[in-house]
Amino acid sequence: MIMHITLKVWRQKNQQDSGHFETYQLDNVNEDMSFLEMFDVLNDKLIREGKDPVAFDHDCREGICGMCSMYINGRPHGPLKGTTTCQLHMRHFKDGDTIVVEPWRAAAFPVIKDLVVDRSAFDRIMQAGGFISVNTGSAPDANTIPVEKDKADAAFAAAACIGCGACVAACKNSSAMLFVSAKIAQLALLPQGQPERKTRVLNMIAQMQKEGFGSCSNIGSCEAECPKEIPITFIAKANSEYLKAMLAADLPE
Amino acid sequence: MELDAKIPKGALEDKWKHYKDTVRLVSPANKRRLDVIIVGTGLAGASAAASLAELGYHVKVFCFQDSPRRAHSIAAQGGINAAKNYQNDGDSVFRLFYDTIKGGDYRSREANVYRLAEVSADIIDHCVALGVPFAREYGGLLANRSFGGVQVQRTFYAAGQTGQQLLLGAYSAMQRQVALGNVEVYARHEMLDLVIIDGKARGIIARNLVTGDLERHGAHAVLLASGGYGNVFYLSTNAMGSNVTASWKAHKRGAYFANPCFTQIHPTCIPVSGDYQSKLTLMSESLRNDGRVWVPKKKDDPRKPSEIPEDERDYFLERRYPAFGNLVPRDVASRAAKERCDAGYGVGPSKMAVYLDFRSAMHRYGQAEAHRLGIAHADEAQILELGKHIIREKYGNLFEMYERITGENPYETPMRIYPAVHYTMGGLWVDYELMTTIPGLYALGECNFSDHGANRLGASALMQGLADGFFVIPYTIGNYLADEIRTPKISTDHQAFAQAEREVRDRIERLMSIKGKETVDYYHRHLGKIMWDKCGMSRNAQGLKEAIGEIQALREEFWKNVRVPGDAYSLNPELEKAGRVADFLELAELICIDALHREESCGAHFREEYQTPDGEALRDDEHFAYVAAWEYHDGKQYTLHKEPLQFEVVHPTQRSYK
Repeated sequence: MIMHITLKVWRQKNQQDSGHFETYQLDNVNEDMSFLEMFDVLNDKLIREGKDPVAFDHDCREGICGMCSMYINGRPHGPLKGTTTCQLHMRHFKDGDTIVVEPWRAAAFPVIKDLVVDRSAFDRIMQAGGFISVNTGSAPDANTIPVEKDKADAAFAAAACIGCGACVAACKNSSAMLFVSAKIAQLALLPQGQPERKTRVLNMIAQMQKEGFGSCSNIGSCEAECPKEIPITFIAKANSEYLKAMLAADLPE
Repeated sequence: MELDAKIPKGALEDKWKHYKDTVRLVSPANKRRLDVIIVGTGLAGASAAASLAELGYHVKVFCFQDSPRRAHSIAAQGGINAAKNYQNDGDSVFRLFYDTIKGGDYRSREANVYRLAEVSADIIDHCVALGVPFAREYGGLLANRSFGGVQVQRTFYAAGQTGQQLLLGAYSAMQRQVALGNVEVYARHEMLDLVIIDGKARGIIARNLVTGDLERHGAHAVLLASGGYGNVFYLSTNAMGSNVTASWKAHKRGAYFANPCFTQIHPTCIPVSGDYQSKLTLMSESLRNDGRVWVPKKKDDPRKPSEIPEDERDYFLERRYPAFGNLVPRDVASRAAKERCDAGYGVGPSKMAVYLDFRSAMHRYGQAEAHRLGIAHADEAQILELGKHIIREKYGNLFEMYERITGENPYETPMRIYPAVHYTMGGLWVDYELMTTIPGLYALGECNFSDHGANRLGASALMQGLADGFFVIPYTIGNYLADEIRTPKISTDHQAFAQAEREVRDRIERLMSIKGKETVDYYHRHLGKIMWDKCGMSRNAQGLKEAIGEIQALREEFWKNVRVPGDAYSLNPELEKAGRVADFLELAELICIDALHREESCGAHFREEYQTPDGEALRDDEHFAYVAAWEYHDGKQYTLHKEPLQFEVVHPTQRSYK
């Protein structure tokens, strides 16, 4: 089916520009198109009209790289549960719809251009402690470290985070707790993560605060909007890790 | 130039050990003074960055994405092979080596492949230590499954997100080194040229994609880990940004390009739905563990799959290849699907698809579950429901992805699949040490040609990327850098940097100044169609000759009529694409030249003129048992250099999966 869609898209030349909405009409949207393919069609039209195409981040277009990041009708990645923008298809909209598209909005994610934002804060949080310190070549045989299946499954569920930042965009406080807690929980659940368990949580949380992300007030919109459906219980887990680490920071066990 | 692969002497199983025992070393004090540039942050690039920084080298890494964690290794689904023999099913280093050589249709180097098999087990150990959450059994030990072309279970996996979990492991190891000050990351940067001083790779010109500024970066050695060139076909399972530019610039500066026509078409992808299509999505090969591939026995059968009775279905892989069945290698499965569709048995609206059906597996798993749960007289519906649960546990995310894209529920109706471009076995020629024909320039992972011959087996790309980065380059790079310990920091004031920067700037200005009528995507789509039609799953001399002419004409038109909007000194994704498509337009011609010259069929390279009476690939070992390494001159001609392939242990035979 062919649909007519009106797009209101945030246009912003660069970080300094104040930005504004532009309205575009598309009358040849196919219901089997992905949302980003609709933007390809829009950009093709803009280029042919001699206008500047809309800049947006995207890469794998199969929902795993975490690069696409559109705030669609007030929801990160749009209306479909557990779905990134690149995997959202136009069959979930109606002919004649008006769709508002904005970038992620958070002080820690400054806009670079149009719908493209700078998420390097996430990399710096990872540098603060999102790893296990083991040098190449020194590992024991993999099966000498058994992991209980339920813990392994829970660690995997946490590790499914794609680092897209939808949790921050969804949160009224622009908190990054869902992203940060998923990594803390993954490594805290695994035996390999134990030696650095305390320093990791303290350092990652400290870096998160330094980057200007807000605090978590347990609203849960991050969980509702996360394209990988990372549960908010990981935030509870990270909070408990944080408390334990704070209380026992100076004590040997 | 004579190609010297520098394969160590001695018995196959002793070569790598002997190499490691005798290779020259660089002392810790000297490592601190040596700079290494790595382009690309996928499995090969991130693992190399981490391991070289751990050794003490100073590393700069570059990626075009906004974060190194987004590199396309992240999208690999099914798994990673390792010769652990945890399943007690007869696996060994030799068997993994043998399967890979045979899977590659005897067009890869024995010594490289044996080393790959040898280090495979270390990769699993290291990744588990890094916290990669592989799938596990109830006893807490690691789980395995099977992949194509193999009769043992040696594939380690993390649901359908194995690439993601491995990449995040390598990325986190690299981020640890960033925090320690040993690695500097340049995200949203693209390498646009290689700088050579006195015959050695000494740095790169990179464009800051946010500001448009050109930057000079010097180093004692340059590593390319920039991935494959599947996007030359426009539609592929690659990410939108995956490109050949870094490799191609190196090629134009003197690195030979090997076996470019070895391009892998993956059998199980979601079929094309319309002209606007921007990419194709893979459905992991692991699905062929449980999915059965079939088409109706009747041509143009209008019935729904559920209405076609069992005896009116043609399970053509099981029929043609009883020994391996649905788990034949990718090239074999792809061609068999194409054969059925071309003969008029295809399904779905486009008739260019075959079914991948999980009903038998659901039934089988459901019965086992009913037995386990002690349900005595389970009916068919109950059994299927129990089976669905198991299938969901194994492949849930893939089934969801299929439904999101197609709008159909694969638990109820079979998936429709068709082959699509997925991986490129060809790439920069490298020797045993992973060095290209330019001293000091290395190529790792998919961007080199070395380990997969004419066809890659499933779950071997992740293995190779991590082998190269974690376990090969940390040893081999020392052999080169041992001679560089007296070389001071590379100054970017050298005229070679100025010259390269000027050439990059001129090319960007030329692209911006054309101001033609057609978009970059228009040319990319057009190129993709030529390549898919005439240099895709099957090729012939006439088609290839036509393709070469058409590519030349398209390239000429591109440089006269492309329109790149915006300006060169800010974020401009169209300009980035234009540069990449311009390079694809050159590479495409070389792919066709290579395909035309190789007058045999092997692996993924299927020349219609060379096939057995039953339609299998017909190799010509007498004339073509060599690596074709092409030297660039001026874009008008390429010189062919041959590296003969010596098979000392495995004797090439007609590959059979029957």
